[in-house]
Amino acid sequence: MALKINKCDILIIGGGPAGLEAAYHAAKAAPGLKISIVEENFLLGGQLIKQTHSFFGSKNQFAGKRGFEIAELLMDRVRKNPDIDIHLQTSALGCYEGGIVACESMAEGCLKEFQPGRTIVAAGARENMAPFPGNDLPGVFGAGAAQTLMNVYGVLPGRKVVMLGAGNIGLIVSYQLMQAGAEVLAIIEGLPMIGGYHVHAAKIRRMGVPILASHTVVRATGKSTLEEVEVAPIDKNWKIAGESTVFQADTLCLAVGLTPGTELLEQSGCRMAFVKELGGHVAWHNDRMETSRPEILVAGDVSGIEEASTAMLEGKIAGLAAAEGLSGLDLSDEISRAQQELAGIRKGPYGEKACLGKDKLCKLSVR
Amino acid sequence: MRIDKHPVLHFEKGRKVQFYFDGRPMTGHEGEAVTAALHANGVMVLSHSLKRRHPRGLFCAIGKCASCMMRVDGQDNVRTCILPLREGMRIETQEGKGRLK
Repeated sequence: MALKINKCDILIIGGGPAGLEAAYHAAKAAPGLKISIVEENFLLGGQLIKQTHSFFGSKNQFAGKRGFEIAELLMDRVRKNPDIDIHLQTSALGCYEGGIVACESMAEGCLKEFQPGRTIVAAGARENMAPFPGNDLPGVFGAGAAQTLMNVYGVLPGRKVVMLGAGNIGLIVSYQLMQAGAEVLAIIEGLPMIGGYHVHAAKIRRMGVPILASHTVVRATGKSTLEEVEVAPIDKNWKIAGESTVFQADTLCLAVGLTPGTELLEQSGCRMAFVKELGGHVAWHNDRMETSRPEILVAGDVSGIEEASTAMLEGKIAGLAAAEGLSGLDLSDEISRAQQELAGIRKGPYGEKACLGKDKLCKLSVR
Repeated sequence: MRIDKHPVLHFEKGRKVQFYFDGRPMTGHEGEAVTAALHANGVMVLSHSLKRRHPRGLFCAIGKCASCMMRVDGQDNVRTCILPLREGMRIETQEGKGRLK
């Protein structure tokens, strides 16, 4: 396989909201720095491109706009900047000594080597699996995958859907499935209460969809694809506590949380820590998004599961911190403004967990 | 199952192209994910687990889980959920681990 050497000052791994904002703000703050973004998918924008709901939060993070509209704005300003080049269909394979990052370009069929001064890992997260027999049957999707199929490509995942998880993702995706023409038979939640916003839950209930709290999926069955989902009530110890109900469904969506996609960070030798509130293992980082390796920074869900508005701000902070380190400019005012804005967003009802997690991380030593 | 009408979204689709799934001709839209085109054609089983031969389908749709790895134009282990569809593409169900080329 051919090898291409690419020169850049800042390499950003991941073209979602965090990566795009990191690139934009670094380029804006320190003109002349060469910035590259590598993105595995053939589309930029990460998971924002499939969000059809309007965002809350602050004006600066485009509150009031729908997710895919925000993605368009972010992509547009990155594409317009000649100092930023974008490598689509390009997977980062490893970060090595001397800051070298090896990537594989699926589009060009070659290896690409980058030797940036700073690398910002904004690789996002993956959806969690739920343990039950039949969870690998075709027709069992991550809720986000169902969202990608219907909202990005206009293909309905199935006609009759059971949703596992009544957090915000479970509720929002259920609503969107109905908008797209599917029937949602039930939303199943293991906890005794609904995790997501009650406005969303109320809207879904009004549409006649039962939300079964303290229930779980016992098994999924079908010959070669999903045909039936067996659901049963559980007690507070997560043990089956009653008779099963069987739903005839061709689709089962799992909205049971996300895990940061930290492989590159672990491989590159960054100090890692397990922080439950952030979704699992994350790379240690400070409030400038710097990890224990001086040339590697993080931003977005890979640094702890939150949402797009906080990912954008973390991206901005990481981009500015990387630009400051390389250009010698003093960007501390801009960085602290972004930090304050981020703290403001985290004061909302769903920011508490992230605050707790990030605080835990800060209390750990770097090594 | 393509979505015809949507209250929020308008889908801009590429031109219609022909491709092949295990030798069968199918149509999809150029530039959409291969898995989206397959799903729209009713193809749900994309691979099989190595040991027990369980059927596997699309799971994550963003290149993270390996459930959609298939042989594309003779190359094994292609993540078809992050591969844009092109005219004449030959998509095949892959048996086993596949070979490095």
